Amino acid sequence: MPKKTDAAAKASTKGNMPAFTKEEELYAYKEMLLIRRFEEKAGQMYGMGLIGGFCHLYIGQEAVVTGVHMASKKGDASITGYRDHGHMLIVGLDPKAVMAELTGRKGGLSKGKGGSMHMFSNEERFYGGNGIVGAQVSLGTGLAFAAKYREEDTVSLTYFGDGAANQGQVYESFNMAKLWNLPVVYIIENNKYAMGTSLERAASTTDLSKRGESFGIPGEQVDGMDVRMVRDAAERAIQHAREGNGPYILEMLTYRYRGHSMSDPAKYRSKDEVQSMRSERDPIEQVKARLLENEWATEEELKDMDKDVRAIVSEAADFATNDPEPDADELYTEITV
Amino acid sequence: MSVEILMPALSPTMEEGNLAKWLVKEGDTVSAGDVIAEIETDKATMEVEAVDEGVVGKIVVEEGAQNVKVNTVIAVLIEEGESADDIKVDTSAPAASEEPKQENPEESGPSEQEQPSVPAAPVFEAKADSEIPEGTEMVSTTVREALRDAMAEEMRADGDVFVMGEEVAEYQGAYKVTQGLLQEFGAKRVIDTPITEHGFAGLGVGAAFAGLKPIVEFMTFNFAMQAIDQIINSAAKTHYMSGGQVTSPIVFRGPNGPAARVGAQHSQDFSAWYAHIPGLIVVSPYSAADAKGLLKSAIRNPNPVVFLENELLYGQSFDVPKLADWTVPLGKAKVVREGADVTIVSHSMGMRYATEATEKLVESGIDVELIDLRTLRPLDMPTVVESVKKTGRCVTVEEGWPQGSIGSEIAARLMDEAFDYLDAPVMRVTGKDVPMPYAANLEKLALPSAKEVIEAVNAVTYRQV
Repeated sequence: MPKKTDAAAKASTKGNMPAFTKEEELYAYKEMLLIRRFEEKAGQMYGMGLIGGFCHLYIGQEAVVTGVHMASKKGDASITGYRDHGHMLIVGLDPKAVMAELTGRKGGLSKGKGGSMHMFSNEERFYGGNGIVGAQVSLGTGLAFAAKYREEDTVSLTYFGDGAANQGQVYESFNMAKLWNLPVVYIIENNKYAMGTSLERAASTTDLSKRGESFGIPGEQVDGMDVRMVRDAAERAIQHAREGNGPYILEMLTYRYRGHSMSDPAKYRSKDEVQSMRSERDPIEQVKARLLENEWATEEELKDMDKDVRAIVSEAADFATNDPEPDADELYTEITV
Repeated sequence: MSVEILMPALSPTMEEGNLAKWLVKEGDTVSAGDVIAEIETDKATMEVEAVDEGVVGKIVVEEGAQNVKVNTVIAVLIEEGESADDIKVDTSAPAASEEPKQENPEESGPSEQEQPSVPAAPVFEAKADSEIPEGTEMVSTTVREALRDAMAEEMRADGDVFVMGEEVAEYQGAYKVTQGLLQEFGAKRVIDTPITEHGFAGLGVGAAFAGLKPIVEFMTFNFAMQAIDQIINSAAKTHYMSGGQVTSPIVFRGPNGPAARVGAQHSQDFSAWYAHIPGLIVVSPYSAADAKGLLKSAIRNPNPVVFLENELLYGQSFDVPKLADWTVPLGKAKVVREGADVTIVSHSMGMRYATEATEKLVESGIDVELIDLRTLRPLDMPTVVESVKKTGRCVTVEEGWPQGSIGSEIAARLMDEAFDYLDAPVMRVTGKDVPMPYAANLEKLALPSAKEVIEAVNAVTYRQV
């Protein structure tokens, strides 16, 4: 629930469930489904040995990027850590190019030279895909600095996890962001576990939305499994930042269904915990239930939508499987400009 | 349509595992994400999730099976209404670790075929120094002023250039290098930061990703250790990792190398550290003219540049040509004195020892060729090699520690590129392999000296003195 709303404009939604129109529900459903199916496929391809190294799946957290993206506008920058596939799909990057990067192929977004954790798009202003926990927070603050320097009205959407929230540079960034009132929204994706360590075992205080208090940065905790709540809070936060009031923190209470990475058996939490999140709080099922209840879609139509999404993902997987590896000559290209 | 469920790999190195348990049986309906089985390796137990919805048509590998190869078909999902009888599974030939695209060898996916040999690294070709027109007025300028002038000129020319760091604005620079910039360019472009190196280095890189051209001043490079992750992992690597999309046109500058009587944490040379990193350009000038010309080039360069200055050189004056736009090319060493007997290669403060030694050696009849590297990455080996082909002998001089030093690199590269021309082993004169001591006598011993350079030259020229 929103705890603090400095940007009062949207405060009227407090207490009421912010509603989606039919089109918004359908959009959110399809986008979240695409991320879910893409990640399931990526998991499968990892199992087949087609994807190497680390592979961090976003399954369970889909509502966060979807809701935030719905509240943003073209030109806003975004940056995140290594669990980045969903962030790229939501800004419209080609699933084929994302999947081909996972398999390390020529047609990958980074020509196969980045991998799962390192993809970028100047066009969509997506700045990675950063593998060092917390580094994206300083970088994202720099994106906001550039917006302010150039007097652009864009906002930096800087995502990081509950694990990164304990890194020192996060607070160095908070300090400068508020000192200079930079247009940045810090979106903490609290999925409860930093790899295998629960937030309670890692943090002296666990309400991460308050981590900006000593810097004067407002924050709120948001139900990150409900895309409507996410969008509503993100609108408030983005407006706050865009209007020159400085940074804003959104702590998204979310959950990842899978292990930290593909090689994590997730023994540090109970099966019941995972199962209850999946059966009671699933972000996609919530939208699906509302679509059916409002008779905005039939089971049949949703099935068709699922088929379409599967087709997109299959095409991406086929491309990523058959696309050639980068030419050997790529080894020495793009080290410097 | 039936879907084969394959034995998954839990990690890139897993080749086989045990099928510990089935959590579904034939005829069960499953949806994507349902846990259907548990597999075990010597390291972990892992759940297998269904990736599609359907009915478990056939369980091919029974519970308890040991050493099941990765990619073996372990079960088959069918769509509702399909019959399990239609399922044909080739259980005799587990796909094992074969990669699926081997079916299409034409399409050159990753294959077992031999990798082509490693392509040759591109050769960096630096531009030659621009000629100073005859009659150009030479103005005696300190390194400090030359650096300030370089920043001011580039800030006048390009509104995207700004400078940030601790005490750069109101205090006019901890070492007064940014003196006057705040007055000319205002607080928007000359920015005092909190003491927060990791944070403002990362912020600078983010601003560079977005197209600005930050000059980030570290009060000294000792404090840049707090920020080295952002310099290396973010600034240096992102261009490569993004397949050439993102650039980091940023300059990290400040004093580097031993200072005077400040002890181990404030007195050290990081030249070799940064010169090690692909993706960075590393500059370390000696003279004021080079400091000015190289800093202007660095600010204009679209890559991240680590610009290593020296506190003890800030106050030293050199002639700087009075030209509207004096630049020095990055990656180009300078032959400061031509000679035939021995090549001395140095940079930054090392040049002070090398210059003093050269004067004495020349007096005593040794014809020294003295090279100032100026840029440490890319390293101008062609200039060094050409010189050594002439002299047959080389001594390197630097303040950094000996192991993995710039001199070590030059020695190795000379063995690669000029072995047949060497008449003596390459000798390195470096700082001693110790943390910098505080006591004046010990500090002096820890630093290189002109005397050591002369001794090294005597050794490689086999002179009895």
